[in-house]
Amino acid sequence: MGNERWSRRQFVSRAGKTVGGVVLGLSFADFLAACGASNAPAAGGGKLEIFSWWTAGGEADGLAEMFKIYKKNYAGVEIVNATVAGGAGTNAKAVLKTRMEGGKPPDSFQVHAGQELISTWVKAGKMEPITDVWKSENWDKTIPKDLKDIVSSNGDVWSVPVNVHRGNALWYNKKLLDDNSITPPTTMDEFLSALGKLKSKVPAPLALGSQGNWQVQMLLENNILAAGGPDFYKQVFSGKASFTDANVKQALAWIKSMLSYVNSDHPTLGWDDADKRLINGTSAFNIMGDWAKGYFTAANWVPNKDFGAAPSPGTTGKYVIVCDTFGLPKGAPNRANAINWIKVCGSQEGQAAFNPKKGSIPARTDVPASIFDPIAQQFIAEFKTDALVPSSAHGSATPDAFASGVNDEMGQFVINKDVNKTASNLQKLSDEFLK
Amino acid sequence: MSVLVAAPRPATRWRPSTVVAYVLLIALAVFYLLPMFAIVATSLKSFTEVSRSTLWELPKAPTLEAFGSAFDVLAPSFFNSVLLVVPATVLSALLGSLNGYVLSKWKFRGANVIFALLLFGMFIPYQSILIPLFQFLSTVGLYGGIPGLILVHVVYGIPICTLIFRNYFATVPRELLEAARMDGASVLGIFRHIMLPISIPGFVVVMIWQFTSIWNEFLFAVTIAQDPTQRPITVALQNLAGSLLSQYQVQMAGALLAAAPTLLVYILLGRYFVRGLLAGSLKG
Amino acid sequence: MATATAPPVVVERLPGGRSLTPLSWDGVMPILMIAPSVILIAVFVYGFIGRTAFTSLTAWRGVVPDYTFVGLRNYERLFQTEKFQADIVNTIHFTAFFLAGCLILGLGAAVLLDQKLRGSILFQNIFMFPLAISFIVTGTVWRWIFNPNYGLNVLFHNLHLDFLQSGWLTSPNTALNSLTIAAVWQMSGFCMAMFLAGLRGIPEELREAARVDGASEFQAFRYVVFPLLRPITLSAVIILGHISLKIFDLVFVMTFGGPGYSTDMPGLNMFITTFRQDLFARGAAIATVLLLMVALLIVPYLVWTLRGETER
Repeated sequence: MGNERWSRRQFVSRAGKTVGGVVLGLSFADFLAACGASNAPAAGGGKLEIFSWWTAGGEADGLAEMFKIYKKNYAGVEIVNATVAGGAGTNAKAVLKTRMEGGKPPDSFQVHAGQELISTWVKAGKMEPITDVWKSENWDKTIPKDLKDIVSSNGDVWSVPVNVHRGNALWYNKKLLDDNSITPPTTMDEFLSALGKLKSKVPAPLALGSQGNWQVQMLLENNILAAGGPDFYKQVFSGKASFTDANVKQALAWIKSMLSYVNSDHPTLGWDDADKRLINGTSAFNIMGDWAKGYFTAANWVPNKDFGAAPSPGTTGKYVIVCDTFGLPKGAPNRANAINWIKVCGSQEGQAAFNPKKGSIPARTDVPASIFDPIAQQFIAEFKTDALVPSSAHGSATPDAFASGVNDEMGQFVINKDVNKTASNLQKLSDEFLK
Repeated sequence: MSVLVAAPRPATRWRPSTVVAYVLLIALAVFYLLPMFAIVATSLKSFTEVSRSTLWELPKAPTLEAFGSAFDVLAPSFFNSVLLVVPATVLSALLGSLNGYVLSKWKFRGANVIFALLLFGMFIPYQSILIPLFQFLSTVGLYGGIPGLILVHVVYGIPICTLIFRNYFATVPRELLEAARMDGASVLGIFRHIMLPISIPGFVVVMIWQFTSIWNEFLFAVTIAQDPTQRPITVALQNLAGSLLSQYQVQMAGALLAAAPTLLVYILLGRYFVRGLLAGSLKG
Repeated sequence: MATATAPPVVVERLPGGRSLTPLSWDGVMPILMIAPSVILIAVFVYGFIGRTAFTSLTAWRGVVPDYTFVGLRNYERLFQTEKFQADIVNTIHFTAFFLAGCLILGLGAAVLLDQKLRGSILFQNIFMFPLAISFIVTGTVWRWIFNPNYGLNVLFHNLHLDFLQSGWLTSPNTALNSLTIAAVWQMSGFCMAMFLAGLRGIPEELREAARVDGASEFQAFRYVVFPLLRPITLSAVIILGHISLKIFDLVFVMTFGGPGYSTDMPGLNMFITTFRQDLFARGAAIATVLLLMVALLIVPYLVWTLRGETER
């Protein structure tokens, strides 16, 4: 019938138009998206895309310094600074996963030394080893072996450490300690007695910001180091010793004691809010990595005058490493440029430019200490002789799944304060993820 | 179907029960408006004022600087959301209208079963399809961006759009179709010449509902489009709130910017929004 | 009269009693028209659900898929984790209070608005606007309102109601209830809309008849109106119930599951397990459990509703 034929033709043409429109629309949108993301190689040196979560403050400044050095040595390369803010790197890591899995890796990306790289990306076969670069740049001479071990696996080196932060540091408000005739404590007993002494003077002698719970995991690993020493530490975090060992229980018991001196609103505070308490004088101590130093100096506090630093109680002679590194992803779009970047990261010049701004100390031992503030100088000296151990809370010693499970468990411990139950739960996590 | 249009009322007689009713209504209104007060008052304060004052004090020196900061951070995501919502809404409305027409007017064998299976898709927790979806999008290269998100919202919007149109088209009298059939019109012809022209109100309801749902959606957005250049506004707002824990004024300004479009739609076209809302209950 | 029941389903036959034969264009056309949607839903809903269930039976952990079959091991391990046990308890607690809050507020508001007072439209719009904004916006604002140092506590102090102060989101005992308050604020307007539509659908004659028989307003409500609202109440319970079972956005932005496990929910747990910890098989197990919980609620409801329709 006339109508039927008409409608069939019409249907086909309409269907065709619709499908065409949809495809066109999606392709256009895809094109728009692609414009935002990928880049056509420029003439001359090509590009270099560096992915990190260093978006603000000293970190961003330090990164900019390294970019300057790169441009000086390798002219003609366009540097793309791909940063993702927020969540202390959790957002960045999520975006990185997207890119790596989608086959669009950056040329290099910031990653914590050790398991964060090895158990995630090396195990998945997405990284190229940089052992040759390590040899050609002679880093065995300038980067400590303990550190090299952390970034190695199966005989190959996978990333170059740029900086070293210290995880086991005790920060204190100097005035409060001086006014109360307290010397910076070295052992846990001294620390707890100092806290007791200050309880009547200050609302919460020990400041804690536990949002996310990784700060409490830092307390755990520092205390395990204090109770069991570096060898036990390494064994327990690689699944070779048990978390139900007396050393771990002691570590937990110490945390429990500390908790009675802590500010009650800690679950909603970040580590920087806790340090704010020191500045306000409402707390005297905070146990935190040495990025706290950056917070204090940004608030115009002077090192060793307004605030001081000591190893976390019981950990003198030991150094918990929190370390940022850069590696070489397989399929990096500008491989040669990426390798040059790795060389800059491991160079004396690069580390000397980066670290003072970042607030960390160099991974290399041959950077002159004079360019650093007094506390950093103190740490540099200790780094050379201390026993170095990787941090679990910051992705070095243990894979992500384990560390985040520990965060959950420590969040519970803060509430239930049950040493035995927590120890056995930690062991369950170890059984599942560290074996 | 007149939904929530006020029934005619007599002049108010001020009995004690009326007073009680008003008191209760005002109390409820205070509860619902409390957060709006919080958002507006806080977003007009400066950083120093926010740190020192509490939520309940009005700004002493109102300033728009919070909006400036929030806008700087959120503007690209705002645009992303627009880029996401417009195509997704249009496409899912078109599909919904086709389905609603067929399922309300053409009873082939199994039509009811198909409708039920379609509807179930509206209620599933999206977590239960998230992993294969992630794998699928990665394989076809649509993971990580707005185009992939558009596809996702079109597909998972099919059930509710179908439902709304089906309910709408069911009100079209059978006689209209029968007359057209007797004139020789085809299935598609009836759709094009009879149903579509009168379906504008249906489209309005569906598109308003979809616009609001997709604009406000978070789970797909945070899983599929985390990349800062692609992320929709819900993800950007959450990041803003998470990274500036103490800058409440910027958070509140950001929240207001994120909520503005859907609030505007609700204020201007609320009646249609409510129809979409009630359609989802299947009973009116 | 505004209907509170589903519109009648139209059963189509061609004029002349001719049935649709598959070979005619007319017989095929309806099927062709809905085919794209049916295929999409078949794949993206049912196919993917099946795939998730399959993944939950594998050993996939890490960024590279590992499809080694391990049976129900993931489920066993999952139910042994304290976190998931807390999820189940939290879900029950949250759902119960959330439903109670929404129903009570919703019904109360609807009854008040049904009084046909002046200004009803304004109040109506005020009670429902939270539905138009995102859970993310709601969570961001209420987190600020619940701040122990700046928010509600200060207000209560100023109003000399200090006993109402609490730790809100910072204390494990009160965090879940605080979350519930924000959720009720957001969704009670939905209940109100449903009840109002229901109340308006009850013929005035019925209430008049009750009054003529000597019943008080309250008795008229209790014995005449309330029972007629049962279908609406059921719908509201099912819809809100399934929303509360799969709650994610609000928890993500308000508490991220904390303090401890006190506000953790299966929806959030699945996301963190899968996309932060890379434990895909376990995440799939959580997702499957979540689906079963929702299906338990929705499937009987769908069957009951649609059967009621086809009978007409």
